[in-house]
Amino acid sequence: MHARRILAAAGIAASAVVLAACASANPLSPGDGDTSTAGGRIVVGSAAFPEAEILAYIYADGLKAAGFDVDVKPSIGARDAYIGALEDGSIDVVPEYTGNLLQYFDANATAQSPDDVLAALKTAVPSGFEVLDPAEAQDADSYNVTKAFSEQYGVTSLADLVKVTVPLSVGANPEFADRPYGIPGLKSVYGVDATLVPINDGGGPNTLAALLDGTVQLADIYSTTPSIAENDLVTLDDPEHMILAQNVIPLIASAAASDEVVSTLNAIQAKLTTEDLIAMNERSSGDEKASSQTIADDWLAQHGFAG
Amino acid sequence: MNWFGDAAAWLVDPAHWAGSGGIGVRLGEHLGYALLTLLVAGAIAVPAGLAIGHTGRGRAFVIPFAGALRALPTLGLVTLLALAVGIGLLGPLIALVILAIPPLLAGAYAGVEAVDPLAVDAARASGMTEWQVLVRVEVPLALPLIAGGLRSACLQVIATWTVAAWLPLGGLGRFLFDAIPIRDYGRMLAGSILVIVLALIADGLLALLQRAVTPTGVRAITEGSGTRRALLTAP
Repeated sequence: MHARRILAAAGIAASAVVLAACASANPLSPGDGDTSTAGGRIVVGSAAFPEAEILAYIYADGLKAAGFDVDVKPSIGARDAYIGALEDGSIDVVPEYTGNLLQYFDANATAQSPDDVLAALKTAVPSGFEVLDPAEAQDADSYNVTKAFSEQYGVTSLADLVKVTVPLSVGANPEFADRPYGIPGLKSVYGVDATLVPINDGGGPNTLAALLDGTVQLADIYSTTPSIAENDLVTLDDPEHMILAQNVIPLIASAAASDEVVSTLNAIQAKLTTEDLIAMNERSSGDEKASSQTIADDWLAQHGFAG
Repeated sequence: MNWFGDAAAWLVDPAHWAGSGGIGVRLGEHLGYALLTLLVAGAIAVPAGLAIGHTGRGRAFVIPFAGALRALPTLGLVTLLALAVGIGLLGPLIALVILAIPPLLAGAYAGVEAVDPLAVDAARASGMTEWQVLVRVEVPLALPLIAGGLRSACLQVIATWTVAAWLPLGGLGRFLFDAIPIRDYGRMLAGSILVIVLALIADGLLALLQRAVTPTGVRAITEGSGTRRALLTAP
C-alpha cells in the first residue's frame, strides 16, 4: 500500500516536471530544433480546412516537381496557430488569403478591393516574411441565408438585414465573435445586431444543417464551398466591402524565398482560378472524397506542372 | 512565456468567474451535463448489468457489444449526431451516454457475478424469491463494484463533455474551443485545469461513496489477510 502511494506520488511529480518543461514552448508546434530551411528542405503548412490543404499540396508537389525537397504539414489549425508555426520556423510557406491576412497583421486596415488589399498587405507583412503574387482565385467568408428566408424578408444583401424583424443569429466558428468581418463588423458597418452560435466546423455540414433547420438565420460559409449552390442558399451581397477581397496568396519566410521557389510558386498562382477552387472542393467534399494530395496532383498535371 | 503563469492569472481574475460566460456558469453547465449523462446511462446500464449478472443470460452478446461502443470516437459521434438530431444538447448527450454505459454496465454485471455462489444458494435455501436474492443479497454485495463503475464513468464523462463546445453549447470545453483559434493558451490551459480539478474532486467524492457503501463484512474480507479470505470462501 505504501509503495503504491509513493509510486503514485512519484508519477504525479514526474508528469508535473514534464508539463512544466512543455509549458514555455508553443504547445501546438511539433518541437524545437526544426532546421527546415537549412538543408534546402521546404515545409509547406496549411490551415485546417480542405481547400487550404489542397493548396498546400499544390504548392508542395509543384515545388517537388521543380526539384525541391519538400515536406507538408497540413491542417495546423486556425490562422493564429499556423502563423505561429511560420514564426517559429516549423513551416516555411503557407497558402493564405489576402484580406484575412491583412486584417491579421493590421486590424485597422481599411483597404477593400483586391489591388488595395494587396498593396496594404505588402507593407503590413512583418520583416522576415513576404507574400508572393496573388492568384485570381478568391475564397472569402460569406453570409448565407436560405432561399425561403431571403424571399420572406426580401434580403439579398447584408444592408437589407436591418429591416428583418426576427432576432438574428449567425452560425460560424467561435472566433467570429472577435473578427472585424464577424459579429462586430455586422454591428459597426451595417448596424445589425446578431448573436453568434459557435459551431466549430468552418461552415461545414453542422453549420449548414443549423441554417437549414432554422437554428440560425445566417451562416458563414466560405464562398467556394459547393454546399452553397447545392442547397440553393442565397449569399448576401456586401455593398460596404466589410468582407475583404480574399485572393489566394502564398505567405513565405524570406529565408526560404529563393528565386527558384518564388518563380515556381508564382507560375502556379498565375493559373489558379475561383472555379478551380470550387471544383476541387467538390471533389474533396462531394461523393468522390478524393484526398487533398490527389486533387492537388491532378490540378498540377492539368496545368503542366507535373514533374 | 510561461502558460501556467497565464493560466493562473486568468483563473484568479474575478471578471472571468462572473457573468453568463464566466467560470461559475460554465462549471455549473458542465456538472449539469455530466449528472444528466450519468443518470441516463445509469438508468440503462445498471438494471441491464444486474439482470445479466443475476441470470447469466445475454453476457456473451451485451458485454462485448458495450465494450465495442467504447471504441467510437466521441467527437466524430458528436458531429454525426448533430447532423441527425440538430445542434442542441441531445447529440452530445447520446454520445456521452454511449461512453458512460460500458463502465457502469461492467460494474453492475461484474459486481453481481462476483457474489459468492454459496451466499446466493443460502439465500435461496432460506426461501427468498429471486427478486429478494437480487435486492437483499446480490446488490448489497455488488455495491462496491457498482460504485467503482460509476467512478470510472464519472471521470470519463466529466473529461469528455468538453467536446460539447464543438457545438454552440456551454460547459468547460467552451474555454478550450474559444481559446484555440485565437491562441489564448492561458485561457485554454486554465480551462483544462478546471476540467481536471472537477474530475478529481468528483472522483474523490465517489471514492468516499464507494467506501461508504461497502458492507462491513465485505470490507473485512477484502482488507483482511489471504488466509481469512481463503477460510471464508473455502467450500
